[in-house]
Amino acid sequence: MSFSVLLLVLVSTIFVNNFVFAKFLGTCPYLGVSKDSQSAMGMGLAVIFVMTMASAVSWAIYHFFLYPGKDNVLYLLLGGDPAQYDLRYLMTLAFILVIAALVQFVEMVIQKVSPALYAALGIYLPLITTNCAVLAVAILNIEGMSIFGVRVGHGYPGSLLFALANGFGGGVGFALALLLMAGIRERLALGNVPKPLQGMPIAFITAALLAIAFMGFIGMVK
Amino acid sequence: MSVSTVKEVTKGFWEKNPVLVLALGLCPSLAVTTSVRNALGMGVSTIFVLTLSNVIIALIKGIVPSQIRIPCYIIVIATLVTIVDLVLAAYFPDISKAIGLFIKLIVVNCIILGRAEAFAAKNTAWRSLLDGIGMGIGFMIALVLIAAVREVLGANKLFGFTVFPGWRPIAVMVLAPGAFLTLGFLLGAKNLRMRT
Repeated sequence: MSFSVLLLVLVSTIFVNNFVFAKFLGTCPYLGVSKDSQSAMGMGLAVIFVMTMASAVSWAIYHFFLYPGKDNVLYLLLGGDPAQYDLRYLMTLAFILVIAALVQFVEMVIQKVSPALYAALGIYLPLITTNCAVLAVAILNIEGMSIFGVRVGHGYPGSLLFALANGFGGGVGFALALLLMAGIRERLALGNVPKPLQGMPIAFITAALLAIAFMGFIGMVK
Repeated sequence: MSVSTVKEVTKGFWEKNPVLVLALGLCPSLAVTTSVRNALGMGVSTIFVLTLSNVIIALIKGIVPSQIRIPCYIIVIATLVTIVDLVLAAYFPDISKAIGLFIKLIVVNCIILGRAEAFAAKNTAWRSLLDGIGMGIGFMIALVLIAAVREVLGANKLFGFTVFPGWRPIAVMVLAPGAFLTLGFLLGAKNLRMRT
């Protein structure tokens, strides 16, 4: 996979197919943690980190354990026909367990290695397990997409690189959406909002206006 | 059926509606509501998973050690979701193609794990069954409501039939911003109703 395709994948996941505004992934944490920009920053960084890690790990699980190819571990150990080790239907189950374990593991490692980073990200990490964007990025990495007619995804050249770029870009797109929203909501707290719309409703309407703005990127990457 | 049994089912319809009151499960309620047909597909899938996971979790709650209960719940839920995903792909390929990703994401739908933890882990299998059905139907009501608004305003159609002949629909309502806008105003309307 060429460098330009990789760059386009990044642009696509950050702006054009933004996880929050175009794909509706991670809406719960998006509305829950966007009340001030300090916590939005913490959550955003934690999501970028976990999504990139989850992309790499879920790709490896799929490629070496679930996919009936020539790298399948069971096929390498037991031989025979690769097709008989087809475990792709276990994808959802395997991915969610791997992500839950990964988040726990990352939390423990950060706590041990860098207490300062843990103080900044710590409380957001457990929340990420139920962030549907993480499971979605793992599934989308396998399903792949098409960039200006070039197919990328599992089974095409450079699928691990694509998974990493997709995971990182998805995380950056989520963090960008979160920071924008937090900035607006900090201002909005001082504004005069009609009583029935206060709280959640106005947050949704703000998100709608942001989503309209992000629609301006449609067509940049096809 | 006694009064409390009926109450167990109907509380999810409106007063404890998972989407409109508890604000859970927002991602699917925004993503799959481009048409009423997709919303019904998602609603039925969620009712199936929620009811069965509630019953199974209520049955196994005595044997599962409390430290590892969440991973156990997740395995139960993920298994049920895989069943739904494969059945949909086999019998309703067009719905599966449109909302397939979000069927898989039922695993991380906070309604399911939330009801498992808050209700099924403390109540009998029979009451959990009623709770699952009620909450599932409440979720479907919210989905269909949002989808109906979006489909009529955005495509001028309901179940594929034209609603107002000669009227040009507001295309943005079926696109991403329309979902946020519809849910925002529905929540506002609900606040207005509950206040008065």
